[in-house]
Amino acid sequence: LSGNRIPVVQGTLDLLILKAISDGEFHGLGISRRIEQMTRGAFHVTPGSLFPAVHRMEEAGWLLSQWGESENNRRAKYYRLTRSGKGHLETETGAWKKVVLAMGHALKAT
Amino acid sequence: MKDEIDAELREHMQMCIDDNMARGMSREEAGRDARLRFGNPTVMRERVSAEDAALGLESLWQDVRTALRVFVKSPGFSLVVVATLALGIGVNTAIFELLDALRLRALPIAAPSELVELRIVGGNGGFGVTDGPFDNFTVPMWQEVREKHDPLSGVLAWRRSDVLVGKPSESRSVYGLEVSGDFFSVLGVTPWRGRLIEPQDEAGCQLTKVVASYAYWRSQMGGEPITANTTIVAEGRSVQVLGVTPPSFGGMVVGDRFDLAYPTCTPPMPRREMFIYSVMGRLKPGWSVKQASEYFDALSPGLFEKTAPDGYSTEALKSFRAFRLAAYPASAGVSNLRDMYNSSLTILLAIAGLVLLIACANLANLMLARASVRKREVALRMALGASRGRLLRQTLLESALLATCGATLGAVLAQPLSRVLVNSLNTSQNTIHLTIVADWRVMLFAAAAATATCVLFATLPAIGSTNADPVASMKSGERGVIGNRERFSVQRAMVITQIAVSMVLLVGALLFVRSYRNLLTLNPGMRESGITIGYFGFPPPKIRPENLAAYKRQLVDDVRAIPGVQNAAATTNVPLSGSSWSHHVQVGPIDGPSKFTYISPSYFATLGIPLLTGRNFTERDTIDAPLVLVVNQEFIRKYIAAGSPIGQQVHVRPEPRYPERTYEIVGTIPDTKYGGLRDGTTPMAFVPIDQLPVTAQGPGMAMMFASSDQAAAERAVRRMFVEKHPGTNMQFYDFEQGILDNLVGDRMMARLSGFFGTLAGLLVAVGLYGMLSYYLAQRRGEIGIRMALGASRGRVIGSMLRDAGMMLLIGLIAGTVLALFAGRGASSMLFGLKPWDATTLAGAAVLLGLVTLVSSLFPAWRAATVDPITCIRVE
Repeated sequence: LSGNRIPVVQGTLDLLILKAISDGEFHGLGISRRIEQMTRGAFHVTPGSLFPAVHRMEEAGWLLSQWGESENNRRAKYYRLTRSGKGHLETETGAWKKVVLAMGHALKAT
Repeated sequence: MKDEIDAELREHMQMCIDDNMARGMSREEAGRDARLRFGNPTVMRERVSAEDAALGLESLWQDVRTALRVFVKSPGFSLVVVATLALGIGVNTAIFELLDALRLRALPIAAPSELVELRIVGGNGGFGVTDGPFDNFTVPMWQEVREKHDPLSGVLAWRRSDVLVGKPSESRSVYGLEVSGDFFSVLGVTPWRGRLIEPQDEAGCQLTKVVASYAYWRSQMGGEPITANTTIVAEGRSVQVLGVTPPSFGGMVVGDRFDLAYPTCTPPMPRREMFIYSVMGRLKPGWSVKQASEYFDALSPGLFEKTAPDGYSTEALKSFRAFRLAAYPASAGVSNLRDMYNSSLTILLAIAGLVLLIACANLANLMLARASVRKREVALRMALGASRGRLLRQTLLESALLATCGATLGAVLAQPLSRVLVNSLNTSQNTIHLTIVADWRVMLFAAAAATATCVLFATLPAIGSTNADPVASMKSGERGVIGNRERFSVQRAMVITQIAVSMVLLVGALLFVRSYRNLLTLNPGMRESGITIGYFGFPPPKIRPENLAAYKRQLVDDVRAIPGVQNAAATTNVPLSGSSWSHHVQVGPIDGPSKFTYISPSYFATLGIPLLTGRNFTERDTIDAPLVLVVNQEFIRKYIAAGSPIGQQVHVRPEPRYPERTYEIVGTIPDTKYGGLRDGTTPMAFVPIDQLPVTAQGPGMAMMFASSDQAAAERAVRRMFVEKHPGTNMQFYDFEQGILDNLVGDRMMARLSGFFGTLAGLLVAVGLYGMLSYYLAQRRGEIGIRMALGASRGRVIGSMLRDAGMMLLIGLIAGTVLALFAGRGASSMLFGLKPWDATTLAGAAVLLGLVTLVSSLFPAWRAATVDPITCIRVE
């Protein structure tokens, strides 16, 4: 395991997953690879966190899933955003930006 | 669904292996690395499926299957729970079904909610003559309302009046329903066969046309088709049967039926003081019951002015003119059963509910005990990743399934139980015809009872069992001490509640049983056993009214002459039968009502009533002799201000058929009961039957005769009448049986509350025994150590008993308070004792104390006989 990995910040997993599949359909492993890639390898999502999360998000109506063929001829379940998932991504992104800004100010303050 | 999750995870694993192999690992290495990263697949699957379907049907079905498997594994437990619930819910539902049938269910007529009954507000206060419990209208009053009824689209009148059917020699009376011409059309009852009574049938006052009820048509007329020539013999002549009413229609009285309905008639000279009809109507759209009442209230002064009867004193008529009519909802018909048993059934429902509550507490204890046995399993499942919610749901589901099974069985049981209840209210003379059906209200009630019980007996143990810390539970296993104090106190609270509730039930049971016993052993002041009542109707040719007195005297003499008949007497009013006859009297300055009975001189001897002072009537007290009275003590207390009652003049106000008279008191008797056993003492006056006003004489009489063999005496009397007075109509009743029949409601309360009280006691015994045994199992090690250290058996037993005694004491105190509170609701139903009767309270407390002692002795004794060595070794 590479040294620059940090644990996923609590409460951000949903946002990461939403962002990861915002531009296409991904299966489980695809989502976890995409998150690793997007965060330049900082976050690694284990299957134990990923699968309960996507299933919960599907129940919540943010994701849709369907079975398909993977790149090397394996059957896999592909996830994509729903309309309400897109909306949720937008509001959560806005909220997160505020958090980052606020945290930044807080930590810069002397 | 499960498979899909498995497939998804499996494919994921495979992809990881593919990845690893692409990076150059060997197949085994790649697989090992992927599994390592993946983590525990079972936990993972559980967690994913928990997210997927927290409320999904699929896992629910799985839980149901698990629950069923649990039941199959412990059939004894499941059977006990289901049987307890089925009985508890069944009994509750049965009583509710009866209440529903009596009170809530609408008549089988069109739009029953529009039906209203018209009554005098507060009743007629004993004015005039009232025929039956629902007879609120005189003929003139009915005629007035028939003309003026703006709020009602249609009005109808009816009354119960029996019809004699069959040839005169073998005639018998059947239940008759006299109805106005509009009766069936206003109710919207459609004929089953032929046609029903219509307005044009009201023409003559001779019975010429009848309509049969479905039951009568099937059983007595063979269900033959109704044609223009269908006739039966009724009231001595052939009458046409117009049609048949539908099977659902049994008349306007709940719990009653009728055989034949026939049209009313308007006699040219109706008796204006006889209240004979019940009058109902259908509200026009837009009128409320209140508005209708206001309308009839406004109508009342004119109506009662116009319909006032003649022959009364001005004072009496003043009360008649002050009557006010009002409308009352009548969608469920009228019912004296309802009036008689409404409060009894409500109390019974409360009692049955409390029994169910005790049973629930027992079941909760059982569940708790079982939960502690299953603690290890639960702990293991939690350690393996099952969520608390899921386990909680599983436990609740098991209970819900048990409750559902119990409720379903209970609802099925309720039908026969309800029928048993109805049959227990039947008397020798009167059979109750209630249709007991499980309608939506009953179903709703059973469902509500099941839900309530489920919540009561299941929630607490379920929460308790999932609250435990898995590690601690696994360590301590099934014999743990952790958390026991807490759980044990919950169980203690439940046992205390059980004792308190049983105290209420036992007090209730003792009160009702003692009240019934008081009624049974009550001395009414007259002979009850071996007395037969005979009602005789004289055949035509009509005897002239002035000769009737002599004829009746002859009949009494004929009966007295029969061997086997000890004595016989005629009377105008049979005591303890519920009927009543009063006149308004004035003695000097004091006036008021008194009961009046016209009797043969042999009456007091026949009924064993002693004469206290003065003289009895003799044959010489005829209508031409001075008018004489025998009065009871209450009459003297109320009307004789001073001096000896003998010789006092009693003035009687005039009434129709009963002219104004002045009597002289010639004798006094002790107070005896009059209308019923529950009635208090009332002023009573007796007049020789020969002095009954000629205008009041009728072609019939009641006779009471004493014998040692009633059946033989009845046969002999019958034979004598057939030989010497052929054509006489005869009906015989047993006096004592009639009195007992009037106590049927008290008997039901005594029996059922006694039964429930016993059941409550048993349930408490089982609950206490179970809890103490459980407690003992928990404390085995401790007791073993104590005994090894030298504690004596007595001390061990003592400590267990002290514990039980403490719970008993708290339960008894709480129960007494509750019983005193609850007793107020029952006080009107008790006879001869108050709900706060000290003997009863003490009796119930002693009974419960005995129950507690017996059920705690065995566990305590077992505790004291444990072998210390084995105990400690097990530990």
